Amino acid sequence: MNYQSQAVAKPYFMAAIGLFVGQILFGVILGLQYVVGDFLFPEIPFNVARMVHTNLLIVWLLFGFMGSAYYLIPEESETELWSPKLALAMFWIFLVAGALTIVGYLTVPYATLAQITGNDLLPTMGREFLEQPTITKIGIVVVALAFILNIGLTVLKGRKTAVSLVLLIGLVGLAVFFLFSFYNPENLVRDKFYWWFVVHLWVEGVWELILGSLLAFVLIKTTGVDREVIEKWLYVIIAMSLITGLIGTGHHFFWIGTPEYWQWWGSIFSAMEPIPFFMMTLFAFNMVNRRRRNHPNQAAVLWALGTGVMAFLGAGVWGFLHTLAPVNYYTHGTQITAAHGHMAFYGAYVMIVLTMISYAMPLIRGRKEAASRKSQVVEMWSFWLMTISMVFITLFLTAAGVLQTYLQRYTDTPMSFMVVQDKIEIFYWLREGAGLVFLVGLLLYVSSFFIGQNEPEETAKV
Amino acid sequence: MSETFTKSMARNIFYGGSTFFFLLLLALTFDTESSLHESDNRENLTEQVAHGKRLWEENNCIGCHTLLGEGAYFAPELGNVYKRFGNSKEAIMGFIKSRPVDGIPGRRSMPQFNFTDEELNAVAEFLKYASEINTQNWPPNIQG
Ligand code: HEC
Ligand code: HEM
Ligand code: HEM
Ligand SMILES: [Fe+2]
Repeated sequence: MNYQSQAVAKPYFMAAIGLFVGQILFGVILGLQYVVGDFLFPEIPFNVARMVHTNLLIVWLLFGFMGSAYYLIPEESETELWSPKLALAMFWIFLVAGALTIVGYLTVPYATLAQITGNDLLPTMGREFLEQPTITKIGIVVVALAFILNIGLTVLKGRKTAVSLVLLIGLVGLAVFFLFSFYNPENLVRDKFYWWFVVHLWVEGVWELILGSLLAFVLIKTTGVDREVIEKWLYVIIAMSLITGLIGTGHHFFWIGTPEYWQWWGSIFSAMEPIPFFMMTLFAFNMVNRRRRNHPNQAAVLWALGTGVMAFLGAGVWGFLHTLAPVNYYTHGTQITAAHGHMAFYGAYVMIVLTMISYAMPLIRGRKEAASRKSQVVEMWSFWLMTISMVFITLFLTAAGVLQTYLQRYTDTPMSFMVVQDKIEIFYWLREGAGLVFLVGLLLYVSSFFIGQNEPEETAKV
Repeated sequence: MSETFTKSMARNIFYGGSTFFFLLLLALTFDTESSLHESDNRENLTEQVAHGKRLWEENNCIGCHTLLGEGAYFAPELGNVYKRFGNSKEAIMGFIKSRPVDGIPGRRSMPQFNFTDEELNAVAEFLKYASEINTQNWPPNIQG
């Protein structure tokens, strides 16, 4: 660690991992509710557990992005962070606001929460992923502004690199597009249309800039490949992300009451969205193959390569699977969507945050380059357990989704939703099994931070 | 990547390309807004429907159901439930009203929301309005 202020990343990373554990616990609850319908009913109905699962995911990824930026920006800018105090204050505000929101979900009925937080004044609640009370949303905006101010001023006073610039553009975009969450018209079609300006333009737009720049940073650090080369790749990748992803938003405008021409725009442009993800895979492997040195943090290199592969599989391949309008006509809103959502979020955004944590945490904790061998071995085991079980979760959900699509939408004698769900129950049991393995992998991951702390640092193999 | 293709060329493609396609997205958005009234069923967007939408949101129905294919995949699609229930608001109201407080043993359960009659009617009106949006013939059949 070259700059003292980079250490503010530590609480952000710790909170991220803690909330990640919470997210997965609720994932396992949801998975069980799929097959044991009345499990925890009426104390924790499915919708509440789902809200906790998805909102924890978003919040911990945001913690991860912010921690990553606080670590990366001083190093790239070659100067201390503008205000570590502000960063720490925002950490506590965000953590407390997040915790209160989750406690609210779990302790009072959602309608009561809406009432006591004044949803009537500015109704924004009750839409998927945007369930947070309006006041929480305002809190998110405040934290985001203070955060961008902090890293923006740091970039301004220091060295300006492509990596930090791209990260900054991505983060500003994240904050700007979140503002659409405050727009909730009575017209359902319009509501749905602009809802995607948050959700799609995040994951298939500005977040890809964040993903690309974090990946570029870790590759520069661990491979020693010339910055010029890596930054050229970065620009080409994110250019393709926005060129395809902006109009690619149209793949959500096929059946929600929007004009028919979106079937063409959405299909054609989103069919090209896998390109930047494929380039990320090539990028990661190419840079590691051309490495000037063997970095002793093998775990971080593994996470970086894993991100390249899994983001392409989850977003690129599983996205393409159902993105053409004639296919999406049958698969829209089925378990195919859930399969894709899981692998894409895990492969792209979960894994890039874990890559950054893997690279930065040993340094923040006082190591020169890497954790001990023992700790890294455990971490790499957790990589494989989580990644392989996520592949299986995706495969089981895909099988469930194909059957659901056929039985409920495609045959000449379509069956009702609930009947079909019964018929494909076996795949939900298998998904739950894979989910439990994921949880074991995650606990192993957490334990890797406590194992081998007194052992010597791993050194590079020649 | 080859030496003749420089970093600054890549950067220009990024800025140029994303600006162009952002403007194209804006243009398409304006065009969509201008013709949306043909498909979004706004002529039936009454005060009751708006109230129903608020109830829909404040009870987080989307956390179990899809609506026009978006939401959660735990419970039936509701964009066309009005039609599935034989174009009957009463059937929808009766269903919501009759959910047992403690759920149905072993079966995926829907909460009892204790709506007033007026609220039930608003929710049903909202689902009726949703079912009349022009969705390019989606879903493929009545099962949703
Ligand atoms: C905790 C999950 C959950 C929530 C929240 C929920 N539902 Fe349901 N809903 C279900 C389940 C499960 C079924 C299927 C019940 C069955 O078939 O036994 C269902 C069925 C329905 C049906 C009948 C659909 C059909 O085709 O048979 C309607 C109408 C309905 N819900 C409306 C609503 C409305 C309106 C709300 C919000 C006020 C809501 N639901 C909230 C779980 C939920
Ligand atoms: C890392 C990037 C991505 C993430 C995190 C992601 C995540 C998601 C999620 C969570 C949903 C479900 C949204 C909802 O609840 O309604 C979704 C839907 C969808 N995604 Fe992605 N996605 C990514 C990239 C892509 C790409 C590259 C494509 C196309 C090639 C794609 C195609 C689709 C389509 C077509 C849907 C709609 C499914 C439906 O009709 O139900 N996604 N995505
Ligand atoms: C890091 C790992 C995980 C990520 C990134 C993740 C992400 C998500 C996302 C994005 C959604 C919304 C999906 C959509 O709208 O299409 C979701 C829903 C869900 N997740 Fe996960 N999840 C993870 C782990 C798990 C695990 C381990 C389980 C269960 C064993 C699980 C079970 C569920 C269930 C049942 C839903 C609800 C699906 C529905 O709407 O019917 N998740 N998760
Ligand atoms: Fe999308």
